[in-house]
Amino acid sequence: MSQDYGPVWVIAEQIDCHLQPVSLELMGQARKLAAGLGSPLEVVLLGENVSTLIPQLIAAGADRIFIGDHATFRTYHPQVFSTMMVEIAQKHKPEIILLGSTFTGRELAPLLAARLATGLTAHCIELVFDEKMNLVQKIPAYGGLMSIICPKRRPQMVTVAQGIFPIPEMDIDRQGEIIKIEPPEKIPSRLEILEIVREEPKGVNLESARTVVAGGAGAGDNAGWDEIVKLAQVLNAGLGSTRPAVDAGWADINTMIGQSGKMVKPDLYIGVGLSGEQQHMVGVRGAKVMVGVNNNPKSPLFKRVDLGIVADCKEFVPVFIDKLKKYKKME
Amino acid sequence: MLNIAVCVKAVPDPDKADQVKIDPVTKTLNRIDIQLVINSLDKHALEAALQLKSKIGAQVTVVSMGPSEAGSVVSECLAYGADLGYLLCDHAFAGADAYATAYTLACAIKKLGPFDVVFCGRESSDGATEWVGPELATFLDWPVVTMVKEIVEYSTTDWIVKANIDRGYRVVRVTLPAVLTVSRELNTPRALSLSNILKARNKAINVINLKDLGIAEEKVGLQGSPTYVSELACLDNTRMCKILEGTIEEKAEALIQVLVSKGVLK
Repeated sequence: MSQDYGPVWVIAEQIDCHLQPVSLELMGQARKLAAGLGSPLEVVLLGENVSTLIPQLIAAGADRIFIGDHATFRTYHPQVFSTMMVEIAQKHKPEIILLGSTFTGRELAPLLAARLATGLTAHCIELVFDEKMNLVQKIPAYGGLMSIICPKRRPQMVTVAQGIFPIPEMDIDRQGEIIKIEPPEKIPSRLEILEIVREEPKGVNLESARTVVAGGAGAGDNAGWDEIVKLAQVLNAGLGSTRPAVDAGWADINTMIGQSGKMVKPDLYIGVGLSGEQQHMVGVRGAKVMVGVNNNPKSPLFKRVDLGIVADCKEFVPVFIDKLKKYKKME
Repeated sequence: MLNIAVCVKAVPDPDKADQVKIDPVTKTLNRIDIQLVINSLDKHALEAALQLKSKIGAQVTVVSMGPSEAGSVVSECLAYGADLGYLLCDHAFAGADAYATAYTLACAIKKLGPFDVVFCGRESSDGATEWVGPELATFLDWPVVTMVKEIVEYSTTDWIVKANIDRGYRVVRVTLPAVLTVSRELNTPRALSLSNILKARNKAINVINLKDLGIAEEKVGLQGSPTYVSELACLDNTRMCKILEGTIEEKAEALIQVLVSKGVLK
């Protein structure tokens, strides 16, 4: 006996009418999940002047797009956005909802999950089905992978970081249905967005950087951390960090790589003064060439990189910077 | 005077938490006792409440859900300067996911209130989901602002806060009562002072169980949780590592050579 499953949803996000990369990545994965269930892939997108994004969404795999293109949706408003989406979800009963682990996604997802009275799993890195067609949501934990399921409630909700799934191939011949969403008549007044301030990101963008230098507790102090920052600058690399480096106050939370931070896939990764714990390493496992620097020859770091330097990073990094500068001059 | 609640979570000491690992053979967790400490971001949430207390006057109530050992964390919050401490502790609460946790906390907040503001840390170091704050707000039917980095204006009715978003921040006016989850940039948590530790010795922790909350057992704990862990597995990302030998200078030079030969040094 066949069972009809609801659609697979992607809540797409855009900034200034540009789709967030993670939204496209999610669509590639959502296509696979939709094929597994034999259901359509539906995308929800709210914004202003966002109808221009429809062809891209259809080419990326959307069978149906719920689009709210209106000044009311210009900026993300938690109550407005969640109310609209809950209404559509209650009507169309998605089996699965995928959201990006962006700042907005991480606020919106729990607002939807609580109102839909369902489960929500953070930072998944693998999504497959079990034999009962429950979505197995795998997250890195305890140095391994933890599978989480939500067997009794629907939709099954998940957030995924940018960089986990590849951007799907675009098929411009695809067709899709468009359903317009009208803004609500009354805007809730208990929360008002007064202003959105965009800040130019400092340094090289971590997620798109071809080289990533990441530092950990082994930096020892502010001066040690500054050397790691310098190394990143010399290599024109994105600067990454581990949770201990963030907790120590050296690194910004936005630089954290791993389990609850960013996922990167650079050509070259250099991990300095970190121990190679899976919480961090899971975020860099897609790197082409990996280098680790740690003063302990028995550090687990040396099992998860291609090239190992056994040295105190405070001694090694300044020398390495020096040699790199000389090499660059020679070029 | 503001009535503020702060939700805190007792988490395994993050410095030692990585000792808990999945056994490659049995695929279960090696159970080792790790001391429970205040979740680091919740210290910032508590600090936000304590700063308001000293600036404009507030009663600060700490609410935590956890095993009886988590009482030490509530005591610590009292020593930092919180006025009242509650531990939601019952076998029925065990195994709760973010949804059931938020529901249980919401029931406690309703019972212990009325509160003007609930502060939460943005996420916990063990679960790291960030769901409890927004889900709690939903169960209370209050607005929520996540990742608050600055409280610009505060009154008894409306607050203006700055909160992080992708590539910047937003300025938000929120009408109380509201839930705010805080980011690290909001403040620097104070150190414990001896006089406060001594004063806190007379403050009792109030333990609240399922019966006190008057809610159905199937709404809390594992039973009330939509999600659960179905399997643990190992993550294989081992690589063959070549250790570069020599003096520091030789290692640095050798590394540059290898990276150039692999075409990754530009």
